[in-house]
Amino acid sequence: MGADSYAGQFPGVYLSPGTSSFADFLEAAAPGLLPRAPGAAGALPSDGAAALSLARDLPHGTTIVAAACEGGVIMAGDRRATAGNMIMQRNIEKVFRSDEYSAVGMAGAAGVGIELIRLFQVELEHYEKLEGHALSLDGKANRLASLVRGNLGGAMQGLVFVPLFCGYDEDTGVGRIFSYDVAGGRYEEHRFHAIGSGSVFARGSLKKLYRDGMSAEDAVLACMQALYDAADDDSATGGPDVTRRIFPLVATITADGYERLTDDAAGEYARTVIESRLVDPDGPPAPLLPSNGNAAPGALPPR
Amino acid sequence: MPFYVSPEQSMKDKADYARKAIARIRSGVVIDCDDGILFIAPNASRALRKFSEIYDRIAFAAVGRYNEFENLRKAGVRYADMTGFAYDRADVTARGLANWYAQVLGTFFTDSPKPYEVEIVVAEVGKTEDDDEIYRITFDGSVADEHGFVVMGGQADQVAGVLKERYSDGMSLSDAFTLAITALAGPGNGDRAELTAAQLEVALLDRGRPHRAFRRLTGARLEALLSEALSGGKKTEAIEDGGAGQSAAEEAAPQAGDGAPDGTNGPNNTNRANGSEGAGDAE
Repeated sequence: MGADSYAGQFPGVYLSPGTSSFADFLEAAAPGLLPRAPGAAGALPSDGAAALSLARDLPHGTTIVAAACEGGVIMAGDRRATAGNMIMQRNIEKVFRSDEYSAVGMAGAAGVGIELIRLFQVELEHYEKLEGHALSLDGKANRLASLVRGNLGGAMQGLVFVPLFCGYDEDTGVGRIFSYDVAGGRYEEHRFHAIGSGSVFARGSLKKLYRDGMSAEDAVLACMQALYDAADDDSATGGPDVTRRIFPLVATITADGYERLTDDAAGEYARTVIESRLVDPDGPPAPLLPSNGNAAPGALPPR
Repeated sequence: MPFYVSPEQSMKDKADYARKAIARIRSGVVIDCDDGILFIAPNASRALRKFSEIYDRIAFAAVGRYNEFENLRKAGVRYADMTGFAYDRADVTARGLANWYAQVLGTFFTDSPKPYEVEIVVAEVGKTEDDDEIYRITFDGSVADEHGFVVMGGQADQVAGVLKERYSDGMSLSDAFTLAITALAGPGNGDRAELTAAQLEVALLDRGRPHRAFRRLTGARLEALLSEALSGGKKTEAIEDGGAGQSAAEEAAPQAGDGAPDGTNGPNNTNRANGSEGAGDAE
């Protein structure tokens, strides 16, 4: 894979009109660079069970949450990578800036997932440079879907990962969230969403904590609470590590663009959550009924 | 093959052809300053650009036939993105790209019956002005490593003459802009009154900007720079002597339009409405 083996293929493939997709260009110029699991004849064992057990022992990313807020969207991820029952890394980063107005996180096999996100980042920038303007948010979400679909073969061999994509829609001025399945299915989520091993707990938590039109600060706090709840019940999700000062990675995407919270700022939120949990280990209790309704049992509709 | 043409003759013909085509194009300036590397050229089109971003700290500037240099620009973006993806973002350099362009243009010059009618500049902004790199690549694939400033296009000698006289290291952005405008407004290149914000394409590789350094200077920012340049530039009146230069200026416009037979029906012509002179030689 020397420099010349790619750079040497000029000028035909570089100068052909082609599309503005970097992935399409790679397909033509250097397919070996595409983050794609080797095919059936590749390096993975052909025996399905052996492949799955091998895949399970690779580092996996765990929980990512996203929540829309006033004028944008928040994405946050824990910092743990696991392989089976082992913690492979304590401070892995699974939330990335995909371009100025969007972020992407991943859960699952970290090797292929993070490489695919790298490709997605170049894909967006490449389009922007060639065309002179950025893709629409839906366009970005669709491109990601087709890149994920490219890994279907890998997923069948056990290298499963899914991304979570969110961004600020410049046309409408709101934050939007998209989830994916391994086959490249793209689903727009409303209000909030979570992926990964701790997502069930995180989503349950967000369900109780999320308020429509909440401020960015409140949404960050809600995401921190949700990740805490995920780490509380899922062994593969890492909680805030106060001793090593490792805190969830939080990104806000608003009209001002993508911004990653500094470790200090994320630490502040994490400490706030920890303080409150010292009093109330299960987190803030939600009211049984909406407070604006009449909470008295007599007010329940007759059965 | 019915006739024998000697290599000397063939090369000379091709070089003459390309030189003639480029001589008809209005000049553009790439100038190094304290704030970064500044790109200025007359260009009435808002859609067909002469300057563009290649990579984080690298930009591309070109004059000549639009479809040809646009093709080269896209190829450069592909080369840069590919190198950065295969290795690392830090491994994409202006020097590598300039060499690559030299190979491409050199091959075209020798192998194809018609050489590319372009002149391009690849520039990379560094941490300080000393780290900046500017390369000029011509139609035959020769590369020149330039310091301080480069002039592309037809009146390069006249414009460079003014720049050579007044350029100094460590100029501020507005000083560099003023100087470039003064130099560009010389004979044969349109007079100063024509250099309005709407008639100029200006971009900056901004030294202070993290990650992607390239940005276009438009709107209020450009107006402010321009009014400063025009008010402070009285000392430059002497350059605008009419005479022989004036007729060259008159000639320049129609010829540049003529040079675009493909422009009127080429694939690059989707933006024709943006200006009659935009489509062919984006002069």
